[in-house]
Amino acid sequence: MHPFRHGMRHGISIALGYLSVSFSFGILAVQSGLTVFQAVLISVTNLTSAGQVAGVNLIAANAPYLELCLTELVINIRYALMSLALSQKTDASFRLPQRVLTSFGITDEIFAVASVQHGQIRPKYMYGLILISFLGWVGGTFLGAAAGSILPTNITNSLGIALYGMFLAIIIPPARKSRGIAVVVLVAALCSILLSVFAKWMTSGFVIIIAAVAAAFVGAIFFPVPATEETEAAE
Amino acid sequence: MKIFLSIAVMALTTYAIRMIPFTFFRKKIRNRLIQSFLYYIPYAVLSTMTIPAVFYATGDMTSSIIAAVIAVILAYFGLPLIVVALSASLAAYLTMLLLPYFT
Repeated sequence: MHPFRHGMRHGISIALGYLSVSFSFGILAVQSGLTVFQAVLISVTNLTSAGQVAGVNLIAANAPYLELCLTELVINIRYALMSLALSQKTDASFRLPQRVLTSFGITDEIFAVASVQHGQIRPKYMYGLILISFLGWVGGTFLGAAAGSILPTNITNSLGIALYGMFLAIIIPPARKSRGIAVVVLVAALCSILLSVFAKWMTSGFVIIIAAVAAAFVGAIFFPVPATEETEAAE
Repeated sequence: MKIFLSIAVMALTTYAIRMIPFTFFRKKIRNRLIQSFLYYIPYAVLSTMTIPAVFYATGDMTSSIIAAVIAVILAYFGLPLIVVALSASLAAYLTMLLLPYFT
């Protein structure tokens, strides 16, 4: 099969998942005081769930640019690792333009699908995979942002929790399997609760930075990742 | 104007994180501490973003907590992301709908 269509087919389930999650992001953005256009613009230019949610909260709190930049850096630093791992799997037709273009679409789900493919990946496969996922993400944002003002508040408020449901569904199954992840998740939650109760002056961006960095360090020191997982991630 | 500049800051930061390693660095990270730190970061970030925010995500604590408990149970049994996400929403909606009849 043509690699572009092959990629599109692999992206359908990602797009469906994105549609419902970005729908709830669209609602959240409008509830935070953004326009439909601004909500869609964020999804078009960022293509990342956790970073966009944190970003919208910071914009609503009128946070300074430096805090916004640092928060995005901490939340999205995982992409650096994924980009690094995925760059080892690319075939020879990946030159500068292809790399500059496809790196925009490295999300958790796209990385997960692309990195488990057999052999090397081609640029056209990545274009197909990213394009369909991108359309799901942006389309869902538009629908959520536009319908957020039409639907009754009970429904929009309920849909707003979907995103957190997805976050829980991402962290809980691996936490069951790995004690390191379980400890990191619990330490992070505890730090986050303590900071939001006892340091009310602290904005949500810095709570995320401090709690997440502390918890990941605890994990790295007490439960270092075995060398075998390192090679798997880079394959 | 500030909003558009903020969006630009978000977009450029996020893009730089993805683009620079994918385009310029080809060597593997060998430091085990940094490797492990980067490995745990996504879980730590998602956990801090979810807790405690999930407990007032619907603007009403009772429905938020019930939805969160449902989500945790379904996630524990490994159900797909969409199922967990939409079940949480449904649980929150039903709670808000039915709660007035019980109080």
